[in-house]
Amino acid sequence: MSSKILIVAEHDGAKLNPSTARCVSCARTLSGAEVTIVVCAVDAGAVAAQAAQLAGVNRVVTIENAANAHALAAVLAPQIVAIAAPYTHLFGPSTTFGKDLMARIAGLLQAPQVSDIMAIESATRFRRPIFAGNAILTVETSADEKMVGTVRAASFEVAGAGGAAAIEKANVQVQLPTHTRFVSVSAAKTDRPDLMTAARVISGGRALGSAEGFKILYSLADKIGAAVGASRAAVDAGYAPNEMQVGQTGKIIAPELYMAVGISGAIQHLTGIKDARTIVAINKDGEAPIFEVADFGLVGDLFQVIPEIERLLS
Amino acid sequence: MKRILVGIKRVVDYNVRIRVKPDNSGVITDGVKMSINPFDEIALEEALRIKERGAAEEVIVATVGPADCQSQLRTALAMGADRALHVQADGVIEPLVAARALLKLVEREQPLLVILGKQAIDDDNGQTGQVLAALWNRPQATYASKLELTGNSARVTREVDAGLETLEVELPAVITTDLRLNEPRYVKLPDIMKAKKKPLETLTLSALGVEPRQQLKLVRFEPPPQRQKGIRVKDAAELVEALKKKGLL
Repeated sequence: MSSKILIVAEHDGAKLNPSTARCVSCARTLSGAEVTIVVCAVDAGAVAAQAAQLAGVNRVVTIENAANAHALAAVLAPQIVAIAAPYTHLFGPSTTFGKDLMARIAGLLQAPQVSDIMAIESATRFRRPIFAGNAILTVETSADEKMVGTVRAASFEVAGAGGAAAIEKANVQVQLPTHTRFVSVSAAKTDRPDLMTAARVISGGRALGSAEGFKILYSLADKIGAAVGASRAAVDAGYAPNEMQVGQTGKIIAPELYMAVGISGAIQHLTGIKDARTIVAINKDGEAPIFEVADFGLVGDLFQVIPEIERLLS
Repeated sequence: MKRILVGIKRVVDYNVRIRVKPDNSGVITDGVKMSINPFDEIALEEALRIKERGAAEEVIVATVGPADCQSQLRTALAMGADRALHVQADGVIEPLVAARALLKLVEREQPLLVILGKQAIDDDNGQTGQVLAALWNRPQATYASKLELTGNSARVTREVDAGLETLEVELPAVITTDLRLNEPRYVKLPDIMKAKKKPLETLTLSALGVEPRQQLKLVRFEPPPQRQKGIRVKDAAELVEALKKKGLL
């Protein structure tokens, strides 16, 4: 039986999140798979059009409902389940959106979920990191059973454009719960590139000393068009907001260039940057574990080194 | 009675360096320190604080796993849980089985909240809370960094990729915890003595009517590919030079 993969689109009502295009790349590694993207929205038009343009997508299905104004897992899951019957695999991104939603879908279907898929070996065989990436596990699902998966974004490229998939409207009539209500979201507005997709990322640790201290990173980041991240220690200390956290429990990223500034390199942080193409470590402590994984290491005072780098690039 | 049910898991302590067995059948756990999953410890701490504020009367801690798990349940009792439920089960416990067992406990105990860690740091699945909420047909608020109870609902601030999201959920509900929700307390020696007298009930999956079915076959464990150790540069100029050469700046 050939695989029919349904990918749940992540979006903000207007724009498709690049995590969806990474799910498409993941799905495409399974040869012969038929790939469908489902867009749940109030008005799905714009997002569906973007999804239809992704190379390798066969079909886009929209589910429109006034209740879909915000991505609430309890509200979205029964709608996805309502159209799930023909599919063998249900994928979503391993972002907070996808992790929250896909496991609820798996629960409703009582189907197994493979979290953080980093490679597909066959329609029933998947590789995923466990123990914060300190081991890689190959798991096998049953061919007779639907499976749910979340796709580890850093393991897959963003699928390109060039597709022209048909867009269909699904007529979903299910009772939606009203027990969960969206109140608000606070997101710092920034003109810097998105941390998840940026080609260059500069992250700071506790050694930055304060939110004020992070300014030298923002300044250099703006010079080279980089996104700014932070270690858990820096976020816990209040130097940077939670959405900047990189690591096992924060964001897992794969930029071309990752500069770890004043970050010692706890295992949980390294988990988040393992797929970076080039890692630079700048730290006062030459024994810091970050140097074990760095392609380029510089032992020095970050408050001198960072402005110096910026000056050299001027 | 207003109860909170906290699900915990026994895992390899977060400080242990993980090594894969030479035959690729698993990771080495012999003689390795085991602890309560750190996210579950945060879940328990939050439940205890809610009880201490007077918004709940009893905190029940539960786990599904082998006999050894009782030592983590005793630790949870020493932290302040009132009683413990141990659903004894050997082998791999998948999220669906754990959630089904927890649902049986939920039906028995009728808690107003179930709090769990957002993921276990061993299998990193991050599913049990959501699966339980789905089976129970109740709200879920995952990745909580702030939790306020107001009458029949909870206002939960969630750490999401975009920033902080606030949801209002009707009770009963399932909450899963993120790191910044609280800092768990340390256990004091007299509490460890007291915990020995607290009730710990042992149940089995079959007595609860839950089939211990394993849906995923664990085929092979491997160590991750190692990054090559790089080079040291002496100053900012040499670093900029090297990065320019690679086309990175």
